[in-house]
Amino acid sequence: MKRNSTASVVAVVMLLTMGTGAILALHKVETVRGQEATLEEVLYLPSGKTLKRISLGYSSLLANIYWTRAVQYFGAQFHKRTPRYDLLYPLLDVTTDLDPLLIPVYQTGSIFLAQRPPEGAGQPDKAVELLEKGIRENPEYWRLYFTLGFTHYLDRKDYKAAQEAFAKGSEIPGALPWMKAMAARMAERGNDAGTAIALWQGVYEMTQEDSVRDSALKHIASLRVDAAIDELQQRVQLYRTQTGAWPADWSDLVHKGLLPGIPVDPTGEPYELLPLGSVQVKDPKAFPFLGELHQ
Amino acid sequence: MISRLSAIALNTFREAVRDRVLYNLIVFALLLVAGAPLLGQISIDIERLVLVNVGLSAISLFGVVIAIFIGIGLVSKEIEKKTLYTILARPVRRWEFIVGKSSGLLMTLAANTALMTAGFYAALLIDQRHLGRADAGLLIAVYFSALQFLMMTAITLLFSTFSTSIFSAVFAFSLFVIGTFSEDLRNFAALAHGITKWFSTGAAYIVPNFASLNVIAQVGHEQPIGGRLIFFNTLYAVLYSAAVTAGAVLIFERRNLK
Repeated sequence: MKRNSTASVVAVVMLLTMGTGAILALHKVETVRGQEATLEEVLYLPSGKTLKRISLGYSSLLANIYWTRAVQYFGAQFHKRTPRYDLLYPLLDVTTDLDPLLIPVYQTGSIFLAQRPPEGAGQPDKAVELLEKGIRENPEYWRLYFTLGFTHYLDRKDYKAAQEAFAKGSEIPGALPWMKAMAARMAERGNDAGTAIALWQGVYEMTQEDSVRDSALKHIASLRVDAAIDELQQRVQLYRTQTGAWPADWSDLVHKGLLPGIPVDPTGEPYELLPLGSVQVKDPKAFPFLGELHQ
Repeated sequence: MISRLSAIALNTFREAVRDRVLYNLIVFALLLVAGAPLLGQISIDIERLVLVNVGLSAISLFGVVIAIFIGIGLVSKEIEKKTLYTILARPVRRWEFIVGKSSGLLMTLAANTALMTAGFYAALLIDQRHLGRADAGLLIAVYFSALQFLMMTAITLLFSTFSTSIFSAVFAFSLFVIGTFSEDLRNFAALAHGITKWFSTGAAYIVPNFASLNVIAQVGHEQPIGGRLIFFNTLYAVLYSAAVTAGAVLIFERRNLK
């Protein structure tokens, strides 16, 4: 009996000390190998098609796991504010090889790929590749054409390709009539804030993902501020033409009847009027995508 | 005859449900299903799909594992424990023993599938707060998994009639893996020539076709499964299992048990 209890105590002590030691050792191993070592191994050893074959028919489950890996990888890189997203496209490609019907991967994954670093991977061509694969696999899903047109218009500045994407999408049964209107707008206007706002509004409405919706709202706010700044600068210029001098502050324009009141940005802060008539927001960090339409 | 068959089947069922392996597997599968919503939370836009894929894959895979682990001992254990001689000393025919054992294992698998399906739907209900029409469609995948178990039971029993437990498990699992590649085998046969074509075509028809019984991806994406596929899959699984069970009876009838 006594012998047994001694053995139990020794076993408990061993369990705790050795267990803790193993966890610490593993932590060191991960540090030495680098956080992405495991991800790279699972990614490059088997291709998506090979993985599908060895999944014993459970490829859709494996696709869910790979999509989760891709989201976690994107999240980790995003929080590090690193401009490198080397594994993102291969992860998305493997995921869609495993389950070609997994629509969120094409929609959200392409936005992750297309946005400029550090918000995204800055790979709009890869985003287009992913979306075209999605359209080949799901030709009846018109929303993928929307995302394709969106990527061509905003990230690749290829307005002709954007027009074609919206036009093709609008022909699919069930597509919103708005798609046809968007195709016409693409042909008329490039770098137009109103069009860009409408596109981001579409992204906001089509996704359930909080980070993408948050990004869409920030883009919309930035675009509105861009448009407001352009408008304010035109009025300042008009004041200069009329009076021959730059306004000292906004009240000069108000007194002249060029503005109804002191202009404020979406956060409620007044716009800053700088010497020589240029206009800017008080806190540029609140609008991280200012000026992107002109880049 | 019916009473003898039902007696063997019920005893097999009772013996199986007393097996700890069964409970361990069921608990593990249910834990997996319960953990699925957590996996869905860290992904994007696929919460339901993750739950569906994990749940249906767990039902299918654990059912196959249970069929193998319990099936391999059905005949060999009776021989090792010498209990088979007691049974066969009574007016029980060898084929009745095999068919009874098979029925008992199928009853076990049916109970296990019902339990895991109930757990899966409970998880769906908790996750979605309601069950819709699309959720009812998931039962087709569960039904196809049950057909898979029917075939695996027959296969495991076949190996169990002439091999040891370990080898039966290895053979049965290997055939399960080959069965998931059966459509590749058929594609290979279509491209081959001469004797290779004949051999591979024959092999493609002899090995079980599990690929057509796995519709988890389709039901997960709410794609319709045709009535004809359900009918012909059922017909195929029943006929294949009957043929394999007949093979098991043939071997067991000729086996020297002395």
